Amino acid sequence: MTTWQFFLDNWHHTLDLAGQHAWVVSMAVLIAIFTGVPIGIWITFNRKAAEMVLYIAGIIMTIPSIALFGIMIPLLSVFGYGIGTVPAIVALVLYSQLPIIRNTYAAIRNVDPNIIDAGVGMGMTRMQVLGRVQLPMALSVIFAGVRVAVVMSIGIGAIAAYIGAGGLGHFIFMGINQSYDAMINCGSIAVALMAVATDYVFGFIENRLVSKGLRS
Amino acid sequence: MIRLEKVTKIYPGTNVPAVNDVDLEVQKGEICVLIGSSGCGKTTLMRMINRLIPITSGTIYIDDQNILDIDPIELRRHIGYAIQQIGLFPHMTVYDNIATVPRLLKWEKKRIDERVDELLNLVQLEPAQFRHRYPRELSGGQAQRIGVARAMATDPPVMLMDEPFGAIDPINREVLQDEFLKIQSQIKKTIVFITHDIHEAIKMGDRITLLDAGRLVQFGTPEELLTNPKNQFVKDFVGADRALKRLDLLKVRDAMLENPVHCHESDDVASVAQAMREKGLNFLLVNDPRDRLKGYVTLRDLYDQSGKVGDFTKPMTLTVRPEQNLKDALSKMLTFDIGIVVAVDNDGKLMGVLNTMTLAQVVGQTYDEHGGRWGKITAGGKIL
Repeated sequence: MTTWQFFLDNWHHTLDLAGQHAWVVSMAVLIAIFTGVPIGIWITFNRKAAEMVLYIAGIIMTIPSIALFGIMIPLLSVFGYGIGTVPAIVALVLYSQLPIIRNTYAAIRNVDPNIIDAGVGMGMTRMQVLGRVQLPMALSVIFAGVRVAVVMSIGIGAIAAYIGAGGLGHFIFMGINQSYDAMINCGSIAVALMAVATDYVFGFIENRLVSKGLRS
Repeated sequence: MIRLEKVTKIYPGTNVPAVNDVDLEVQKGEICVLIGSSGCGKTTLMRMINRLIPITSGTIYIDDQNILDIDPIELRRHIGYAIQQIGLFPHMTVYDNIATVPRLLKWEKKRIDERVDELLNLVQLEPAQFRHRYPRELSGGQAQRIGVARAMATDPPVMLMDEPFGAIDPINREVLQDEFLKIQSQIKKTIVFITHDIHEAIKMGDRITLLDAGRLVQFGTPEELLTNPKNQFVKDFVGADRALKRLDLLKVRDAMLENPVHCHESDDVASVAQAMREKGLNFLLVNDPRDRLKGYVTLRDLYDQSGKVGDFTKPMTLTVRPEQNLKDALSKMLTFDIGIVVAVDNDGKLMGVLNTMTLAQVVGQTYDEHGGRWGKITAGGKIL
């Protein structure tokens, strides 16, 4: 019950941190979508590039998050952004690339070639086939990648508190330093709730966007 | 309409031509069937017509215009294209699927609406019921109809159809073929139609192009292929039961005896019975005053009776129409176990009769495995 009491006493601060957390994650995911999806589409035209890109994104994914945040500091301090939200966002964008690129690429590649043939045969241009046939058909798998990226970013985003990006990780780390269990719990539970709620919201949006004809 | 001159396709990395020096001319308004076993080059040939596959050498003309002079995107938008059921866009409704090419051509919404309804009616699907369905909510036959409707959306003069009925069960396929032929008789498109089924080729084709290993083996009407196969390959391909297949081609009209012996319902019983006895008939067709078939009488029914023939007439349980094909007629005769069937037109007017004997003659006339008539075979067991 002490956790609840802690939350009641500090709800204002908690919401503040949650807001910071949400801001960092949503910026990161937005940027990741607007880079990852086009890259995923582009590499469907070029097999060599596809191998390269997926390989690099795979490597980035294997770097431990705390190490990636660490690398960000010297790299970005050149531009005067060593700590704070910028390196956090950059790191989360990098992490989000793999699920988004990989799903986009796989989804578009998996569209039945007969259906593409029908589109081309009826006189669609390459771009029209992409926009009217391949992307709408690939949408649910692309969305699945985005959901993975979002949930993952919310989790990893907690660590960003270490490099001064704020967010709910702040409670967790401060709680650990002070051996203050209620504070740790409040931060962790809030992060978990945020992840579950966001996943649910994205699921709802996906349901609205993906054609009814593709539901099985 | 469509003219191919010395068309050859060699895929990169191979030296065996997939299509080899093919000359072909498809007349306006006819269905030209491309047939051959898989890998014979029929699909490659067809896909060169709308430039989905580049031609290696030779020229293809549509309406005397070299297709290489036309922008491929423009060209394809003006050629109907139907492939197996799988080609419908699963994420689009029936309406959106059919509206694909009209939208590419930037038609107005109202015009598209009207056209979609018109096409759905044409393929016998109720617009209100089907317009907003998705392909997964359609049966195979319905999806196939939509595929055909989509290919016809902008009323293109030329249509390419790659096994459009391939994925359908045999019974529904027959129905779709019949419907399509009926539609074609109204719209008169120039159609290139791929199949690997010789029955379908015979039924659908005004002309059949038989391909083997990229070469054109024989080009002609179904009749020509069946009665006059150019070589052993064609013979094998059309099969040993060619004579039976001809039944698909011939109409009842071709085999029936016209103006069969009959009487009128107002005729006097005694004189009809007398005439039947003289001619050795124990069965006679009866017409009404406007020469429509009323039924038949048997000699036994008339025996020792008086009055009008009409009072003793029994209705005919089974009739066929002159434009039906002989295969249907024969199968009806076999089903009902009768040796004779009467042909009437849509108004019920007596047109002729068909019996197993004339049927066998008509089929045998133009084709005989041994190069001559066998002559008559009668019942009666041992001849000596």
